[in-house]
Amino acid sequence: MTVDPRTLRPSHSFAPDVLAEIHRMADQGLYAIRGFGAKRRLPSFDDLVFLGASMSRYPLEGYRERCATDVVLGARHAKKPIELKIPITIAGMSFGSLGAHAKEALGRAATAAGTSTTTGDGGMTEEERQSSKTLVYQVLPSRYGLNPDDLRRADAIEVVVGQGAKPGGGGMLLGQKITERVAGMRTLPVGIDQRSACRHPDWTGPDDLTIKIHELREITDWEKPIYVKIGATRTAFDVALAVKAGADVIVLDGMQGGTAATQDVFIEHVGIPTLPAVRMAVETLKDLDMHRTVQLIVSGGIRTGADVAKALAMGADAVSIGVAALVALGCNKPVFEEDYHALGTEPGYCHHCHTGFCPVGITTQEPRLEARLKPEHGARLMRNYLTALTLEVQTMARACGKSHVHNLEPEDMVALTIEAAAMAGVPLAGTDWIPGRNGG
Amino acid sequence: MCGIVGLFLKNPALRPKLGGHFATMLIGMSERGPDSAGIAVYHDPAGPGASKLTLFHADGGYPWREVGGQLSEALDAEVDVIHKANHAVLRVEASAEITRAWLAAHHPEVRVMGYGTTMEVYKDMGPPAEVAAKYGLAEMAGSHAVGHTRMATESAVTTEHSHPFTAAADMCLVHNGSLSNHNRLRDWLGRRGLEFETDNDSEVAARYFAYRMSEGASLDEAMEAGLKDLDGFYTFTMGTNDGFAVLRDPIACKPAVLAETDDWVAMASEFRSLAHLPGVAEATIWEPAPGVVYTWSLEGTA
Amino acid sequence: MITVDLAETGLRDLNGRLHALSAETNERAWKLVNPLGQHAIAAGLTLPIEVEIDGHVGYYCAGMNKQATVTVNGHCGWGVGENIMSGLVRVRGNASESAAASGHGGMVVIEGDASSRCGISMKGVDIVVGGSVGHMSAFMAQAGNLVVCGDAGPDLGDSIYEAVIYVAGAVSGLGADCVEKDMTPEHVERLRALLAKAEIDADPARFRRFGSARRLYNFNVDHADAY
Repeated sequence: MTVDPRTLRPSHSFAPDVLAEIHRMADQGLYAIRGFGAKRRLPSFDDLVFLGASMSRYPLEGYRERCATDVVLGARHAKKPIELKIPITIAGMSFGSLGAHAKEALGRAATAAGTSTTTGDGGMTEEERQSSKTLVYQVLPSRYGLNPDDLRRADAIEVVVGQGAKPGGGGMLLGQKITERVAGMRTLPVGIDQRSACRHPDWTGPDDLTIKIHELREITDWEKPIYVKIGATRTAFDVALAVKAGADVIVLDGMQGGTAATQDVFIEHVGIPTLPAVRMAVETLKDLDMHRTVQLIVSGGIRTGADVAKALAMGADAVSIGVAALVALGCNKPVFEEDYHALGTEPGYCHHCHTGFCPVGITTQEPRLEARLKPEHGARLMRNYLTALTLEVQTMARACGKSHVHNLEPEDMVALTIEAAAMAGVPLAGTDWIPGRNGG
Repeated sequence: MCGIVGLFLKNPALRPKLGGHFATMLIGMSERGPDSAGIAVYHDPAGPGASKLTLFHADGGYPWREVGGQLSEALDAEVDVIHKANHAVLRVEASAEITRAWLAAHHPEVRVMGYGTTMEVYKDMGPPAEVAAKYGLAEMAGSHAVGHTRMATESAVTTEHSHPFTAAADMCLVHNGSLSNHNRLRDWLGRRGLEFETDNDSEVAARYFAYRMSEGASLDEAMEAGLKDLDGFYTFTMGTNDGFAVLRDPIACKPAVLAETDDWVAMASEFRSLAHLPGVAEATIWEPAPGVVYTWSLEGTA
Repeated sequence: MITVDLAETGLRDLNGRLHALSAETNERAWKLVNPLGQHAIAAGLTLPIEVEIDGHVGYYCAGMNKQATVTVNGHCGWGVGENIMSGLVRVRGNASESAAASGHGGMVVIEGDASSRCGISMKGVDIVVGGSVGHMSAFMAQAGNLVVCGDAGPDLGDSIYEAVIYVAGAVSGLGADCVEKDMTPEHVERLRALLAKAEIDADPARFRRFGSARRLYNFNVDHADAY
């Protein structure tokens, strides 16, 4: 009997990918683990647009008329604040989740572009410290590889409370990526699946974080800015508490933020989108009269110069890129297709960082695969991407009449959807309506 | 988010100096809680049939004496008013219950910070040292005191979310930590007739304990019940008319230190608040064990 | 001997001085008085100097210690010797939570009791406790040795990796994947050496050994309830 395709009714609730996942759970008895950030559609910067120049607002000429992009981070307490040429930094990603070539490529590119990179849940590698002129050193719940020498040779310190992909979850690295070198850095047996703490071992809560930040300052003689990184959840409270605990800079990572290995349910169902998180963070900073005194770096789904410009317009001091940086290095590029297929995926859909078999040599410890990403070449790609992003931001900022990208403001934007208007606190295009604020 | 302190004087000879020692303890917790402070002091009991209430109004010029006069007339009872900054302590020759009912009906703009026979509660914005000075804490005498310093999440100039929370006569609670099931508990208590002033988790804990005690549980039993019903991270210090209790949750991620001599028992979130107490060098110093209720009673002391 | 009164001298001044010492310094013996529970006292030391503290200290005393010998003649708050790299930290009294948290090397000696989470996340430090330890001690302990002459609270060694635990007294309960193992002659000798280095008097023969069952090293659905 032939099947009449007209009678095939897909279930929205039990869609093909959901059916496949339940079958897999029944086979394996474990949650799905993957890399990448939230894949589902969310209200985002895409739903905001800029109001360019018009009869009442005049643009700046490209190239000739200055549109500055520099930013200073951490002047609140540190003797040596961070000075960046562009308001785009590279987010914390571990050596372990990434290979050494990728870390080096990112470091070199950041140095060339005048910005910073960040270590991750495995500690600082020589490659990164040598290649990256401005290096932010993370202090995570796991404390893998943490030591006072690296703390002192870092340029800033980032205390990680959480990340957007999994606020409330700890780091994860599967056995196939725990090579001798990675194991040595993390003090773990080779080849085991790393279990990570979700809380710091020696403090819990902002009142005790205050004391921890004080200790980190004491050890580094108050030289370096202290960042506090949070995944976006109860952002208004978190930002207030981070400021009071002594943070010089707040790094806020929305649910679109990436990961190399996390439970899929965690990525998709915990945390709020970057869009409302930025608004809440800036409102809180303004409430505390700390906006621009404590800087805000925003991450989680930053992809284009438009995203950067919109984040800045909402009040961020800078953005941080993670997934996008890896994409610039070649993530999901349609090359080495057989290797994608071997993972059960295709270019454009791959989120298999957790396997360690990254076809383009980024999130792998396999020398054969890492060889596909040459650090100098990767650095060039990344540098180009950062340059392009910056040019895009400047283009939009000039169109709005700004001589410094920090002069972008929420009033330069309107929203295309009601959700985005409510979340971002900007009016729905063509109206004065900001849901929740005015006009019912 | 905050620091908590408690001081309980076993030796009556020290009671004139309660405030002096306690102010130092409170100020020691300023870094944990720079934004506001709250204190409950137990002293000067009202006589039989009488009550003491601490009231608050944000306007320092609020006509307390006038209100006191109205109250006196309405209840046909003597009323004594002591005005301190944003607070007023009323001594009334009538029960706290009747007084509170009258206030609720005639002056709902006044907030009742504490009531009973012995306890006075002061909660105000500003660094702990300022709050202590504003209310003359250092000069107060008394048998015991419980205090809290707060790291605020909201900028509004209000003490609504401040501890200590009062849920029964002469009963107050301070809390360091964060509960995770307080919303459902609030509903549950609400259906049993309790009313809440804030959405604060610590208020839920205070009213929960008061509820258990109103149903016949002893202080110990109420706190034991809390171990089962309250979820989250906490160090609690509770004050009652004649006692003082400390409890940490079983996971114990929030700090607590206890110190005891023949003359006093003190608790604080950090040792540095205890460092200046007389005789602390010889004191027994220990951490309350997780999930264990510690109580002290004035009974047996003079 | 250089004596610093922490009631007079600010902590930043003291720590700054200690950090500024050069390797050739002859200022090698320090006595700190009136610590009054302050935090981060002698944190971040890098030279083989000796610092003795008379009184009770707050959190993170001798945090991230390298090479120095720090002695607390009193009790200490949270995280004493946290992330220690080398050297020796000795507490004559009791320690609060998370003593020697995430320590990579060297030795931390608590002559009294340590509280909960003693040795949490330890990565190679040797910890010797003359008294008892609280719950969740050696939680996620990756490497190093934890020696407990008294009792151990519940969930000892929960989620332990390759660290080794020795307990002379009672063990309230073992955490996920932590099991008792044989005390071989080799372990007895290693323990003897640890106790000697810690200058703690105890008979190695009284101790039992605990370590990882290694069932959680790679996920297996049949061990799911250990997670």
